[in-house]
Amino acid sequence: MFPRPIQKAPQPAQWTYTVALPLALLLWLLPLLGVAVTSIRPASDLAQGNYFGVPSTIALGNYIEIFLNTPMAKYIRNSFIVTIPTVFGAVALSCLCGFALAVYNFRSNLLVFFMFVAGNFVPFQILMVPVRDLTVQTGLYNTYLGLILFHVAFQTGFCTLFMRNFIKALPYELIESARVEGVSEWKIFRHIVLPLMRPAIAALSVLVFTFIWNEYFWATVLTQGADVQPVTAGLFSLNGQWIAQWHLVSAGSIVAALPPVLMFFLMQRHFIAGLTLGATKG
Amino acid sequence: MSGSATAVMPVVSAPRTSYWKRNQRKLAPWLFLAPGLLMFLIYVIWPIGNSIWLSFFDWDGLGEKTWLGLDNYAELMDDENFYISLKNNVIWLVLFMLAVPAGLFIAIFLNQTVTGIRIYKSLFFFPFVISQVVVGLIFSWFYAPNFGLLFKLIEWVTGTGIAFLADPDYVTYALVAAGLWPQIAYCMILYLTGLNNISPDQIEAARLDNASGWRMLWYVIIPQLRPATFIAIVVTVIGALRSFDIVSIMTDGGPFGSSRVLSFYMYEQALSEYGYRMGYGAAIAVVLFLIMMIFITGFIWKMVNDERSGG
Amino acid sequence: MKLKTKSVILGFAAASLLATAATAQQRVLKYNADYDPIPLKAMEELIADFEAANPDIDVQLTNFDHEGYKTAIRNFLTADAPDLANWYAGNRMAPFVNAGQFMDVSDVWEDNGLKDSLGSALASMTIDGKQWGIPYTYYQWGIYYNRDAYEAAGVELPGDDGVSWDQFVENCEKFKAAGIDCLTTGTKALWPGAGIFDYMNLRTNGYEFHMDLTAGKVEWTDDRVKATFAEWAKIQPYITANHAAIDWQDAAALLVQGKAAHYVMGNFAVGVFKQGGMTDENLGFMVFPEITAGIPRAEEAPTDTIHIPAGASNVDDAKKFLAFLASAEAQTKWNAAQGQLPINKNANVNEDDPFLVAGFEMLSTAEGGIAQFFDRDAPAEMAKVGMEGFQQFMVQPDQLDNILERLEKARQRIYK
Repeated sequence: MFPRPIQKAPQPAQWTYTVALPLALLLWLLPLLGVAVTSIRPASDLAQGNYFGVPSTIALGNYIEIFLNTPMAKYIRNSFIVTIPTVFGAVALSCLCGFALAVYNFRSNLLVFFMFVAGNFVPFQILMVPVRDLTVQTGLYNTYLGLILFHVAFQTGFCTLFMRNFIKALPYELIESARVEGVSEWKIFRHIVLPLMRPAIAALSVLVFTFIWNEYFWATVLTQGADVQPVTAGLFSLNGQWIAQWHLVSAGSIVAALPPVLMFFLMQRHFIAGLTLGATKG
Repeated sequence: MSGSATAVMPVVSAPRTSYWKRNQRKLAPWLFLAPGLLMFLIYVIWPIGNSIWLSFFDWDGLGEKTWLGLDNYAELMDDENFYISLKNNVIWLVLFMLAVPAGLFIAIFLNQTVTGIRIYKSLFFFPFVISQVVVGLIFSWFYAPNFGLLFKLIEWVTGTGIAFLADPDYVTYALVAAGLWPQIAYCMILYLTGLNNISPDQIEAARLDNASGWRMLWYVIIPQLRPATFIAIVVTVIGALRSFDIVSIMTDGGPFGSSRVLSFYMYEQALSEYGYRMGYGAAIAVVLFLIMMIFITGFIWKMVNDERSGG
Repeated sequence: MKLKTKSVILGFAAASLLATAATAQQRVLKYNADYDPIPLKAMEELIADFEAANPDIDVQLTNFDHEGYKTAIRNFLTADAPDLANWYAGNRMAPFVNAGQFMDVSDVWEDNGLKDSLGSALASMTIDGKQWGIPYTYYQWGIYYNRDAYEAAGVELPGDDGVSWDQFVENCEKFKAAGIDCLTTGTKALWPGAGIFDYMNLRTNGYEFHMDLTAGKVEWTDDRVKATFAEWAKIQPYITANHAAIDWQDAAALLVQGKAAHYVMGNFAVGVFKQGGMTDENLGFMVFPEITAGIPRAEEAPTDTIHIPAGASNVDDAKKFLAFLASAEAQTKWNAAQGQLPINKNANVNEDDPFLVAGFEMLSTAEGGIAQFFDRDAPAEMAKVGMEGFQQFMVQPDQLDNILERLEKARQRIYK
């Protein structure tokens, strides 16, 4: 283990570590804590310049206010409506693509694979004008479907990379022996490989959920107004209306951040497995 | 596995070799690829070509396109805002690389087995999970003149606060710092996983050779962390060039355009009220794309090499 | 269990039947707007009045944030048009009219005698001899000041005619000595800085020059432009230092708290000042001081308007709404709530509001002319480049020559 376990260090070093750990965390999360405290501060505190002291009362009313007086609930709903189908779509398509690229040896295999990989790194702006135009032309501008279709397509690139590497690591003999028995290719996928992919599917689902929930650029390019816009773009718009009302901005930020945070804490193992794929392989 | 038993069935019932049977293994990959590949071609590959094509036109997104040839690029070469954006992109790219050593540092700091360390690791990772929009708002509040936490802290120490977002000389650095927050968390988690997988034998062997501290880190640990470092660099480069969210939320490119980056300038030219110059925007996007291509080629080249040696 | 599912399905069917029944009776009127909280409330009340009078119409208001709206409108006009949309008069609506994205509403003007009742705004709503929207409010710009700040700095209060320019500059020095920002603004959204520029320019060179400059007829490197900036440079050191990072509402708080003495702003800010705790007692208003002697006094008074997008689906009801909004009653009510001036000459200006009375008086005696605003008189692209230049000047006055060269380069490209 590196570094040397602190338990083997001399006493003073151990004490230092015990103190340094929470202190470092406090410093690391300082901006976030500030916002969290501001979100329960009554407006009157801010007006009187009490920005950092103990809040005079705990104003949970800020949270109620953003739900009552703004389309916050609608934005959150929109985010779910966009995110969940995207997760299903991207994971399903990438299972298929990943299987194709991992199991079959055809001439353009690597070419297709690296096209998917390269597509991931492309700056969004090079896609913006044509994708927006396509979405407008097909009547999908400012619809859930327009946003979902793009997200599914783009995320498929990343997910395919992930799935392909995952399937590659499975024992190939399983597939070989099924073929010898004459099992059809579809059934090999459906009944042999797919059940083994559960951990990958779980990891990707959590990751894609977080990515799409937090996505901002396409939300502003392909949608507008509270009818369809997800919470990231909605929060930005609300921020424009709440100028100088930091208690509301803070409460709104916390609410918008909550679903992916919950997802992370509930599914932490999968989340990290997904993110760190490839970080350990040689 | 119950599935394999039922899967044999259709083969038994179809003794004749049809076209499908004979060519199944040739066709199957393309059938599996079809839906994903099609979507990807429509929404990612074709738009790249289309954007490049559009960059030779003057187009407001509605009316007729007018062929300009290279005029958009010529204008770009003479556009002060383009150079400001480009310069800021370089600042982002260079300073964002700090996320890699910083992530490693925190990972080493946290790679212990004291009680509660798991929660510490989760909480340190926390900034990566929340949206860049929220990160941007959090830091806007942190930097806010007159009442922001950082402004007040500096005022308390030096007597006068600094409004980072109002100052053309500081603003980009302030934005990079905000962007680094989640990026460091990302690199940290990559390195924590990497550290977990280092073989203890080698560390023990090195310890017997009296290697310790910095020497151990440099000669034994970091070489073993190479895969994690590669991924950390890849995601950091991508993150640096995708700095749109933070710029849009925290400064809107200001003050007077001094915090623009290419991705934001492109959006401004193509879609803001002041713009709707789709062709000019596309030309900016092409430049950004070419910059990215340098990195993409490098990454792919390394991955192809790995594939070859690994396969 | 089975029965339960069945009743659920039945329930759904009934609910959807009801829903279709409701939509069959009520026609939806989609309205996209960009109101801040106070005017939003006023408009919601007006919509309630309209719906009460027209029970068969359901107005669905989608409110955007003010700055975001300016980008959003170009998107929704082409891609997903509502039936009504907020916008601005004058040059600012020209691109949408010329691109065929606003509908000709001359018939609404004709049928309701609006050429008479809204006569003062007729010119700014007319392009190619047709009217393209309904103006429902305008508001004066000027200098709002905090009397308490004057007292704190020991500066003599302005008289009824305001103060002279030299006196204003001299006072700034006294405010500075007292640790008070003489002039505050928040230019994060850029346009508040244009208000200061416009007044410097109107007072230095007059109305005609303002119109020529925004129409691209004058070079930005012209000596008269430089003269404007030379005057501006006199007060530049006394402007709130971090204006580039704050919004106009943040700057309003500085005036309220007495940390700043003056604010060049539109009258819509009065609501925000009063929300912050100011009263008619300590909040003052004055006309921007004369700079070049003898130039006819011109003022800024932007007009806000509502339009029917060319892609609207419920045009008939949209026109009904426009006629309603053009009426004296509706304009009296909305403008009283928001603290602005009605366009309809039969509507009442709220006589109890000293700022409205002062503004009305100031505008009706402005013999030089009434300008809309820099970003409404100039084309959008020029406005953006220009306002960035104004903001930069207030931060880096030594960069003036660079700024003006940049603006001139932009002028040559934009007004081709």
